[in-house]
Order: sequence, then structure tokens, then C-alpha cells
Amino acid sequence: MEMNQYLEVFIDESKEHLQAINDHLLILEKNPLDTAIVHEIFRSAHTLKGMAATMGYQDLSDLTHNMENVLDAVRNEQLQVNEGVLDIVFDAVDDLEAMVMDIADGGTGERNVDNVVRRLEAVEKGGEQLLISQNPLDGTQETELQIDAFTKNVIHMAEESGNKALVIHTRLRDDCLLKAARVYMVFEVLEQAGEVVAASPSVEKLENEEFENSFTVLLISEGSEDDIQAKIEKVSEVEHVSVELYKEEETQSMEQTPVQPQPETNNRAGKETSKPSSSGRTIRVNIDRLDALMNLFEELVIDRGRLEQISADLAHQELQETVEHMTRISSDLQSIILNMRMVPVDQVFNRFPRMIRQLSKDLHKRLELTITGADTELDRTVIDEIGDPLVHLIRNAVDHGIESPDEREAKGKPAAGKIELKAYHSGNHVFIEIKDDGAGINRTKVVEKAVKNQVVTKEQAEAMSDSQVFDLIMESGFSTADQISDISGRGVGLDVVRNTIESLGGAITIESEFGEGSRFSIQLPLTLSIISVMLVEVQKEKYAIPLSSIIETAIVKKKDLLHAHNKRVMDFRGRVIPLVYLTELLQVPVEREEDDDYSVVIVRKGDKMAALVVHSFIGQQEVVLKSLGDYLSGAFAISGATILGDGQVALILDSNALIK
Amino acid sequence: MTEYKGHAQKVIVFQIQDEEYTLPVQTVGSIERMVPITRVPGARSFVKGVINLRGVVTPVIDLRERFGFEPAPETEQTRIITVTIEDMNVGLIVDAANDVLDLQDDLVEPPPEVVGTVEAAYIHGVAKMEDRLFILLNLEKVLDKEDVLELEKMYG
Repeated sequence: MEMNQYLEVFIDESKEHLQAINDHLLILEKNPLDTAIVHEIFRSAHTLKGMAATMGYQDLSDLTHNMENVLDAVRNEQLQVNEGVLDIVFDAVDDLEAMVMDIADGGTGERNVDNVVRRLEAVEKGGEQLLISQNPLDGTQETELQIDAFTKNVIHMAEESGNKALVIHTRLRDDCLLKAARVYMVFEVLEQAGEVVAASPSVEKLENEEFENSFTVLLISEGSEDDIQAKIEKVSEVEHVSVELYKEEETQSMEQTPVQPQPETNNRAGKETSKPSSSGRTIRVNIDRLDALMNLFEELVIDRGRLEQISADLAHQELQETVEHMTRISSDLQSIILNMRMVPVDQVFNRFPRMIRQLSKDLHKRLELTITGADTELDRTVIDEIGDPLVHLIRNAVDHGIESPDEREAKGKPAAGKIELKAYHSGNHVFIEIKDDGAGINRTKVVEKAVKNQVVTKEQAEAMSDSQVFDLIMESGFSTADQISDISGRGVGLDVVRNTIESLGGAITIESEFGEGSRFSIQLPLTLSIISVMLVEVQKEKYAIPLSSIIETAIVKKKDLLHAHNKRVMDFRGRVIPLVYLTELLQVPVEREEDDDYSVVIVRKGDKMAALVVHSFIGQQEVVLKSLGDYLSGAFAISGATILGDGQVALILDSNALIK
Repeated sequence: MTEYKGHAQKVIVFQIQDEEYTLPVQTVGSIERMVPITRVPGARSFVKGVINLRGVVTPVIDLRERFGFEPAPETEQTRIITVTIEDMNVGLIVDAANDVLDLQDDLVEPPPEVVGTVEAAYIHGVAKMEDRLFILLNLEKVLDKEDVLELEKMYG
């Protein structure tokens, strides 16, 4: 069931890849020496194989694999491209296409491809066997009946007159010496019972002994199947006889592929019961178009803000009503557009089981990975970025976190280390957690290292809370592994992870208990482009503070402020939090006189809080997040900009940078 | 004079402090009248801030201050020339911009040791046409990202 949503994508992409293979094969035929083309084909085939295997279409994957082997031989110049080779590869591609079509029609994608596989293998081993394998004289090929329209007509007429059409498959014993004689005897029996209308191999070939051991005939008869079977079995040296009623369906499939009838018919039997076609209900849209749509919508949001402002200024009732209505519609539109860009996080997660398996081998650790919430959806752009940081964190957990099986048992833990990967929604955010039950983070060791690497001083470190100490491992130039390993890099990693996540507007927090394990928790925004903000004024300048980091707004009297360590702090529900004067911090030109009251916005980062001192609250608004441009990238405490209703630019404060 | 020898390039001519500068027309996106500018904290003083350029947030720098001239009050003639290099959009505040002309390549000479007061590094060369002297601006150097953000390292 859960594969369903990928099925369409799989089918579409498979078709594309097959198309690419076809195209490139054709080019290759013209330039047989161009290995670059072979590379292209190989790449498409490889992707196809991977997708097929992931989706569980084993036959598809196997055949592609065989094809890949041939291509590999060509690529490594062990095999020369000639017509024969290409023919076989083309045949294989035809089979692949048939499978994909079957899957698209709701089938299982199973298909008997032994013949093509054999030929591919033969080619792979060398060109000599080519001729033989191209003309296989084996059982599966030749015993298939070929029924033409005339014969079909005869069958129909026979059926109308109350006779039966029977397919009789006869196999002679391997040690049979006089095959022609046995055939003759069998035919005699058959001709007594009815009329032979078709035979495979042809009667002529049968008489000349040009067949292996088995043959099939189509008999029109009044007699019962069992009766005929018993009669043929009496012929000596007949090993096996099967008599079946002829089925119309078989004819159809044979007509479609008259030259190479495939013994695929049995697989088709289950087709009627399979689920209905899944194609046609979705279309694939280029991400560029969605981006363009998003950009246009962003413009609309800006104008919406402007309209809201104008209608508020004019206080015209009808205008206000219309604008309100438009606002509602555009928020619906917004959620639809954002939803279109959402993809399940599984697209990133699905590579991890494989990775864990490999890591477990490489590091000789026993690992168990559990994934929950893989269907949680995130904006495509976030998904694209989040892969590498997650890989890093998981590798980190395995390498530094999980102990070796012996150590674990000594500690009384199960030998297999547990890694939990969990994704879930919460409010306007998606959380991804990576939890291990390994050794946890050793505070003393972290502090030692941090002091040694001059990230902090010893005094600073002593005053730090555990979570502050854990954050140190994400400072640049920090690595807790005593030995550098290939798995989790060289200490350049975790700060890169943090930077990537922060550049996505997210945050990462670490919890850990020494000896029990660690949890890395990543908070990510649902979308990158439209966010809710609180607009505030600092002196005469307007700034936007993301609502996601705001706890609440308040007005405090100057006399209620406290002093601690020469810093002004305030009491917020029993907690002492520092005041951050935005005027000073942002060097805003002073144009206002100081009030007796301070308007403060209380923001948080993890469990730390700060009160930002502003001059007035303008209100809450949905804004389009825009980048400041390359020229100013990296500006302090500014995560971006937005365009307000009056056309002016307001900067968006990065409250994470304001809390220290 | 109209008899061209060699190649000529189209350039935009603008004024700063009574001197005429040129930029190749391909690098120029548009010429705008002054619009409200939002200050960006922590940037150097010649970075005036960002503007809304038809929906795109674009940084603007004051070329006068970039070259170390005295700041001048905004006038009717003041323009913002938007330029693009290496996918970077930046607006340049200039005293006036009012001319497009063809500049013949063979008129261009390497920058003399001192041209006015502008650092020679910001200049590709100079060109004399009739009695006018044009200074060809080295945009890459002018837009060098180094020391744009003074505060970047303070908290980083």
C-alpha cells in the first residue's frame, strides 16, 4: 500500500530511463566505439535496476542487472559492440518495457525472461556462443504453439459444433532413441481421437526428429481430456503428458509477439484480479514550474499585504470585505501550493537501512535501525538539503555512539545497538530525531577537548550547562573521536551539519546521558518561503521576528527591571532572562525618546530565552522570505528580508543569533 | 570620429563628483530613481542597505563612499544603477546617469597612476573621446565582497 505513492513516479521514471536507453542504443549502433554512450546507457540501466529493486520488482531488476553486465563488458572493452550484441540488448529492453507496462496496468511486472537472460549471459561470456544462443533449440521456445487466424477460425467452428480444442503437451524420455517413431505413435492416437490443427514444432520437424524431447499439439476432439491423456500415456517412452482446454487468452498474447512467443501467459492469469491502473491520476510537473508558481504567488502575497494596508487606511467597508475574502482565498491557495511541493521524508530515509547494514559490516558493530514517521512531509527544497546532514549524524551515532558488541554486553546492554530515526510534525515545524542507545556524550572529555582546542576557556566550560557543553561538539574544529575514522569524518562535520540546518531556518539540539545514549533533534520549517512574523519597530526601523521563535510579547516597566552581572535582566514567570537592546545591537539611529515602559518580545532558542527590547509592535503578518542577496549574505542576526505592503523592505531577525 | 576602427562597446555613462565613469551595457540591468532604502545593520557605511527592486531585494552601495569621496546630498539627478556580475545583483548609487555611447576599444588606455582620487584598482582603464575623459570601472573590484560586513566576525 505504502508503495502506491511512489508507483507512479517509478513508472514514469522507468519509462524515461528505458527511453533513454533506447535512444542511446540507437546512437551506439551508429558509433559503436563511443564508450561515452555506453556510460550513459549504463547509468540509466543502473538507476532503473536500483528503482526496480527498491520497489520489489525482482524480475525487472534481475534482467536489468544482466543487461548491465553486458554493458559493463562493453564499457571495459572486453566485448565489442556488434549487431548481434545490440539485438540482444534491444530485446532485453523490449522485455523491460513490457514489464513496466504490465506494472503500469496494475500487474506484478513478473515475466519469464530466462531466454533473454541466457542470451545476455552468453554474450557476456563471449561472442562465440552468440549464434547458438540466438537460435535456441530448447524446450521452452519450440513447444509453444503458434496459432494463426485460420486455425483460430477452425477452433471457433469446432467449438460451435460442440467439440473441444485441447492443448496437449507431450514430453518423451531423455533416453528415447526413436523419437520420430514415438511421435508417429502419439499422432496416431491423436488422429483417432480428433483432428490435429496445429503443432509446435511443426509436424514436418517432428517427423525429422528436429526437436528436443517435448512437443505440443492442438487437437480438436469430442473425447474427454482424461481419456486422451490415458491413451497417449500408453505409448512407450512418453515421460509426461498434459492435456488442457485451449484458452482464448493464450492466442492473443501469442499474436502480439508472434515471432518470439514467450511462456509468459501463466503469469498473466492473475491480472484480472489485480488492482486497477494507477496511471492517469497524477501528472508529473517539473519542479521549476512549481518554483515559478511559488514565485508568482509570493508576489501575490506581497500585493495582498499592500491591499490589506490600503483597505485599512481607506476604511471602506466593501473594499475591506473584498480584501478579506481575497485574503482567505489566497491562504487556501497558499496551502495548496505548499502542499504540492511537499514530499515524504522517506525519500531521504529510504537510503539509511542500506547504509546501516554497510556500517555494521565496516565497523563490526551490531545495529538495529528503526524508522518511524517516514511519511512525514517536507518541502522539496528542504528534503534536498537535509540528506547529507542526516547521513552525517547517523554515521556519527554509529561511530561514536554505539559501542562494540563486547563492550555493550559488558555494560549489560543488548549486543545490538539501537538507532532510532523518527520524523514528526509539530506546529509549523517538522522534527527529525536521531536517537541511539550508545555510550552518550562524555562531558568531561568534551570539555577537555574544547579547552585544548581553545573553543572555550576552562572557567567558561565549568559554568556551562550540559546542553551548552554538548553544543560545543558542533563548533568548528571539534572532534570527540580519539582516532580519526572514515565513517564520521575529521571533525569538520558537525559544524557543517549545524550550518546547513540553520541555513534552512532550522535548529539542532543535543540531549545525551552518559552511558545511556544521545538524541540529536533537528527542527525544520515546513516551508522556506512564506513565514509568519511579528512586525516590530525599533526606533523608526521595521523588523520582522519569526513567530516560531516568539514565546510572547510584553510591556515591562523600567523600574521592574533587575540588574545582574552588570546586565539588565527581567523576571519572566519566575525565570530571569536577559534583555537585548535592539537599538544598540543593530546600531539603529536613535530618533525616539526613551519611554518609561519597554515593549519586549520574548524569544527562545531551545530552552534559552531572551527579551528583545523594541519600540512598538506593528502586528502579525505572513511574509515572503527573501534572501538578502549574495552580496550581503552572512549579515549578523539577519536571516533574510521581506517586502512589506508599502513596498519597503523589512529585515527578518534571526533570533537564534541574538540569544547567547 | 564616426569612422570606427576595431571594436567598439556600448557603455553606460554616469557621473560621480564631476567625473564621468562607464560600465559595459551588458552588466547593467536598469537605471532607477532613488527609492527608500532599508539599512542593514553591521554592514560597512558605503553599503546603504537594501531596496525592493520590483520584488527582488537588492543591496545598494554608494559609489561615492566606496571611492572615499565626501557623501553628497541626494538630488533629483541621483540614480541607482543596478548591475549583475556572477549572479550577484547590486545597485550603485551615482550622482547622475544620462548617457549611452559607443566606446572604441583602441581609445582605451591603461589607468594612469592617479586618476582623480579614485584608487586605481577600481579602474580598468581610461578613454579620451573628443574633450571628455571616461573612466572604465572595474566592477569586480568595486563589488569585492571583502570587508562588506564588519560585524560578521564579531559574533560569528
